[in-house]
Amino acid sequence: MSPNLRIAFRFLTAKKRAMLMSLSCIVLGVGLFVITQATTSGFEKFFIKTILGTNGAMRVQDKIQDTMRSMAAGGENSKFRISSREGRKYIEGIEEPQLVVNALMKFANVSGASIVLNSPAILRNDSKTDSIKIFGINLDDHLRVSDLASQIVDGKLEDFRNSPSGILIGRELCNRQGLAIGDSIIIDARGQQRRYRISAIYETGVSDIDRAYVYLNMGEARSLLKKPTGATYIQVNLIDKDRAPEDAVHIEEVLQHQARSWQWREKPWLSAFKALSISSAITTSVFTLIAGLAMLNTLAMIVIEKTKDIAILRSMGYERKDITQIFLWQALIVLAIGTSVGAALGYAGTYAVSRIPMPVTGIFRTETFQVYISPWHYVAAVLMAAVMVMGASIIPARRAARMEPGDIVRGTST
Amino acid sequence: MAEASNAVLRCTNLHRHLGQGEGRVHVLRGVSFEAERGQVCAIVGPSGCGKSTLLYLLGLLDKPGEGQITINGQLMSNHDDAARTAARCAHIGFVFQFHFLMLEFTALDNVMMPMRKLGRLTPEEMMARAHALLTSVGLGEKTHRLGTQLSGGEQQRVAVARALANQPAIILADEPTGNLDVKNSAVIFDLLTSLAKENGQAVVLVTHNPDIANRCDSVRPMRDGLFV
Ligand SMILES: Nc1ncnc2c1ncn2[C@@H]1O[C@H](COP(=O)(O)OP(=O)(O)OP(=O)(O)O)[C@@H](O)[C@H]1O
Ligand SMILES: [Mg+2]
Repeated sequence: MSPNLRIAFRFLTAKKRAMLMSLSCIVLGVGLFVITQATTSGFEKFFIKTILGTNGAMRVQDKIQDTMRSMAAGGENSKFRISSREGRKYIEGIEEPQLVVNALMKFANVSGASIVLNSPAILRNDSKTDSIKIFGINLDDHLRVSDLASQIVDGKLEDFRNSPSGILIGRELCNRQGLAIGDSIIIDARGQQRRYRISAIYETGVSDIDRAYVYLNMGEARSLLKKPTGATYIQVNLIDKDRAPEDAVHIEEVLQHQARSWQWREKPWLSAFKALSISSAITTSVFTLIAGLAMLNTLAMIVIEKTKDIAILRSMGYERKDITQIFLWQALIVLAIGTSVGAALGYAGTYAVSRIPMPVTGIFRTETFQVYISPWHYVAAVLMAAVMVMGASIIPARRAARMEPGDIVRGTST
Repeated sequence: MAEASNAVLRCTNLHRHLGQGEGRVHVLRGVSFEAERGQVCAIVGPSGCGKSTLLYLLGLLDKPGEGQITINGQLMSNHDDAARTAARCAHIGFVFQFHFLMLEFTALDNVMMPMRKLGRLTPEEMMARAHALLTSVGLGEKTHRLGTQLSGGEQQRVAVARALANQPAIILADEPTGNLDVKNSAVIFDLLTSLAKENGQAVVLVTHNPDIANRCDSVRPMRDGLFV
C-alpha cells in the first residue's frame, strides 16, 4: 500500500460519520440511477419490441407522383438535371401492391412483406359501440412481418385462417365490450354493416393497439371496404431493424413509394422515452451532487482538523502532490465503496422490481415492471458519481496542499 | 578551509518579519549561523527571541525575507517548494516544539512515515529500523501505541526517533527535552550527541535547560532576533 493511501485510510476512519453522508448519497444516487434507467429503457425496449412485432419495422405506402420539378440544366439533351424535392406529391395508397412486394423482396435486408388494407370502422355489440381500426391481412404473409402468432392469448389462429367471417381482436377491446371467443359482433365500415365472429384474441401489451386493432382476412376486408385491388400500405420486416431509416430512403428512391421506418413512425414515443430517461437521470444525479457537496464539506473539515498532520508530513518531505493525493484518495475510497454498493443495490433493486408482481395498466399492460439491464447504465452512474465527488474533492485537496508548513506551525495558516 | 567544508548547514544575514500591518514584527534581524558535521550546537535565549522562527527557516519550512541558507553548499533559501521539500526529506530531521505526532498513527507508523516517503529501505528494514530507534529512546515496549495513548514526554521521544529516521545530515530540534524528566532528558541528549559523534550528523537544538546547553559543543545565545 502506498504511504499516501495508508494515510488517507487513517484520516478517513477518523471522520467516519461525516463520510457516511457522502457515502449514502453515492449509494442512493448510483442505485436509483441504475434502477430508473433500467425501467425506462425496459419499457422502451418493450414498447419497441411490441411495436415492431405489430406494426413492423417499415411501412411502404403512398405512391410518389412524379411531379418533381426537374429541368435540364443545359438544354434538352444535357445529362445534368436538377431535381427539386419540394415538388414531391403522394397519391394515397398503393395501386399495385403485389408488384411492390416483389420488388421489396429483392432487397437484401428485407425478410418479409405483407399487404395491408386498413380503415377506421365502428364495432357494435348490443348497444355498445367502439371506434376501431380494421386491418385486412393475408395471415401467412402477416405472420412473417409481425409477432401476431405469439401475441394470441385465446382461441386459435387456425380458426381465423379457415373462416372468412372470423376476426382477431385485442384483449382490451374484448374486456371493454365483455366479449369472448365465438361471440359475434357487427363491424360498421363505409356504410356497410357485417357480422363477424371472434376467432382469437391477441394481446400486445400496448393499450393503443389492444383496444383498437381488429384483423380481418384480406378477402373479407376487400369486400367490406369495397376495395377489390390496391392496399393502404405494405408492412415490411427487416433482418437488421436498426438499418430501417437508411433502407427506407433507399427503398423510397427505388420503388417510388413513400417508405417510413419505425424510428420515424414512432418518433414521438421514442423521444418521450428519451426525455423520460434524461429527466430521471437528472433527478437521480441530484443525489450524487449532494454526495459531492457532502464530500467537499467533510474533506474541508478533515483539512482543518489535520492541518498539524499536514505540517508534520510536509516537514518530513511529503510533497504538495502527496497531500493532494492523500485527500483525493479519501474521496476515491468513499467513491469506490459507494459506487460498488450502489451498483449492487441498483442491480438487486432492478431484479426486485422486475420480479415483484406489479400490474401496470395505462399506456402499457404488463404484469411486472419491464427492465433492461445494460452495463452502460452502470458505467454512466459511476462516471456521474465520480465526476461529482472527485470534482468537489479537488477544492479541499488543493487547499490542503497549498498550505505552508511554516504558517501552520505558527498558527497563521489561512 | 577545512572548517568551512565541515559546515553542512549555513545561513547568512537572515531576516524575517512576522505579522501583518500594525502587528508586523521584525523577528530575525540578520542572523548568521552555521552547523558543522559531528557537532551539537545549542541555541539559547529568552522566550520570544526568535529561536523557533530561526529553526523553521533552517529546516526549510519557511522562507526568509532576506538572507541565504545553504545545505551542503547548495543554496536552498530561494529554491522552489519541490526542491526544498526534497531536501527536507533527505537531509533534515525536525523536532517541533509543541505538536509532535500524527495522533491517529502508532508510534511505529510515525517513525516509519519519513522512511516510506524516502523509499530507500524495504518495508522490513523500515520496520526494524523504526523498532531500533524507538528502543533507543526508551519506547521499545510501546511501539504499537497510538499517538493518543502516549504521554507528552513519550510523544516527544517518538518525535525525536522520527527525526532520526532517514539518517539526516542535519537534526533540528526545538526543545526536544522540554517535557522530559532528568533521566529521559539525558537519554535523548546522549542519543543525539552519540549520533553526532558516530555518524557525523549536525545537531542544532534549542533549549532552556542550562545543563544541557553546557554539555553541547557550542552554545549560541540569542536575543531579540540576533545572536549575541
Ligand atoms: N504570527 C505572528 N505575528 C507576529 N508576531 C509573531 C507571530 N508569530 C510569532 N511572533 C513573534 O515572533 C517572536 C519570535 O517567536 P518564536 O516562536 O520564534 O520565539 P521563541 O524564541 O521560539 O520563543 P519560545 O522560547 O517561547 O519558544 C515572538 O516575539 C513572537 O511574539
Ligand atoms: Mg520556540
